[in-house]
Amino acid sequence: MEMSFEESLKELEIIVDKLEKGQLSLDESLMLFEKGIKLVRECNTKIQCAQQKVEQLIVENGGSRTEKYEVD
Amino acid sequence: MGFENKGIYTVHEFTLAVKSVLIQGQFNDTWIRGEISNFTNHSSGHRYFTLKDKNSQLQCIMFKWYGKNLKFELEQGMKVIVFGDLDLYEQKGVYQLKVRDVRPDGIGELSKAYEQLKNRLAMEGLFSTDHKKTLPRFPTKIGVATSPTGAVLHDILTVLGRRYPVNILFIPTVVQGDNAAQSIVRSLDALNKTDVDMIILGRGGGSIEDLWAFNEEVVARAIFNSRIPIISAVGHETDFTIADFVADARAPTPSAAAEIAVPDRLELTNHITRLGQRLIGNQRRFVTDRISHLSDLRQKSSIGRLIDIKKALMDANAGKLNAVSPLGTLSRGYGITLKLPGKTLVQSIEDVERSDEVSIIVSDGKIICSVNDKEECKWK
Repeated sequence: MEMSFEESLKELEIIVDKLEKGQLSLDESLMLFEKGIKLVRECNTKIQCAQQKVEQLIVENGGSRTEKYEVD
Repeated sequence: MGFENKGIYTVHEFTLAVKSVLIQGQFNDTWIRGEISNFTNHSSGHRYFTLKDKNSQLQCIMFKWYGKNLKFELEQGMKVIVFGDLDLYEQKGVYQLKVRDVRPDGIGELSKAYEQLKNRLAMEGLFSTDHKKTLPRFPTKIGVATSPTGAVLHDILTVLGRRYPVNILFIPTVVQGDNAAQSIVRSLDALNKTDVDMIILGRGGGSIEDLWAFNEEVVARAIFNSRIPIISAVGHETDFTIADFVADARAPTPSAAAEIAVPDRLELTNHITRLGQRLIGNQRRFVTDRISHLSDLRQKSSIGRLIDIKKALMDANAGKLNAVSPLGTLSRGYGITLKLPGKTLVQSIEDVERSDEVSIIVSDGKIICSVNDKEECKWK
């Protein structure tokens, strides 16, 4: 499953922390670095692609439905 | 009619005469409704203000010994009912009301109800921070319960869109009037059945009557029981409703609620950029460290190689040494003859005489012999 922005950012923050603490093998560090760079790209893409979508919740007859809400 | 007959007042005499008419009792213990303006809380402790309505004004003074019994402070624009006696201020020749009591007009009962409910819910723990739900750092879908008319929804959408666009589920809600409390409760319940991860409950500013629904117990309980964290954004900065106290976060205005709800996209981008820079900087350092470590190792290993080369060289030399060593010759069956006792090398028959003692060195030891005879031979 694709990670949410929050998860991606959290993981990125953890990776940066881990790398800065050091004590990693070259392999581990290279792997984390690669993953981190990928996450930076992902996060940036997610932020850039974020779009506002407005829906309206209509409650009726004990149930509810959503429909697109036109913002003027 | 000439003034000779009537006599002439001084201004002061006249003023006193008027005063005596005004204060004879007809306007004592009077209740008057109006709005406070030009309010001055003087350093002397006396309060001065003008009580006004649409068409008239009345100067008022409340001496400090009456004012000290007030349970609230007078404010500009406040609608009040004052109680006092008419008086005339001689120096200025103006009549004024000497106020002995002030009551809030209209909101009195509501205020009392507000205080009572607030105290009761506080005692019950509804405002306790222990019950406050944490707002998600990055909400993906925000429920907005507010009026379909008015600026609130527009303000919220604008700020959210500018800061960080997310999905919004708007539920039209009555936020004023008799049906408001019920409508708010219904909206919060409905939103709790959706996948929103945060709710903004908003309303623009207004009088305490306008905002009253947000001070009702059913609304307070609906907020308290909400599974989803709620930001309350009711009225202006100075308006505090019960809803504000119960909500998981309180925003002074609907726009501010939107700012609390989502991070700023620009700040976030900067944050990510900084993380990326840390990542690269750190990796660069890491790799540099590794390279210098590697070059250390190489330096160490080049000494090793040198040793290996020297060792091989030594081996080769040792072989050569072996080849030229007499010990090598001995192992092939040759012997070395030394004349005793001086151990001088015997290279010729001239070197020994009969009966001389000689020692012949062979590969594994020496043989002591005496010379019996000698004979010259031509080997070549």
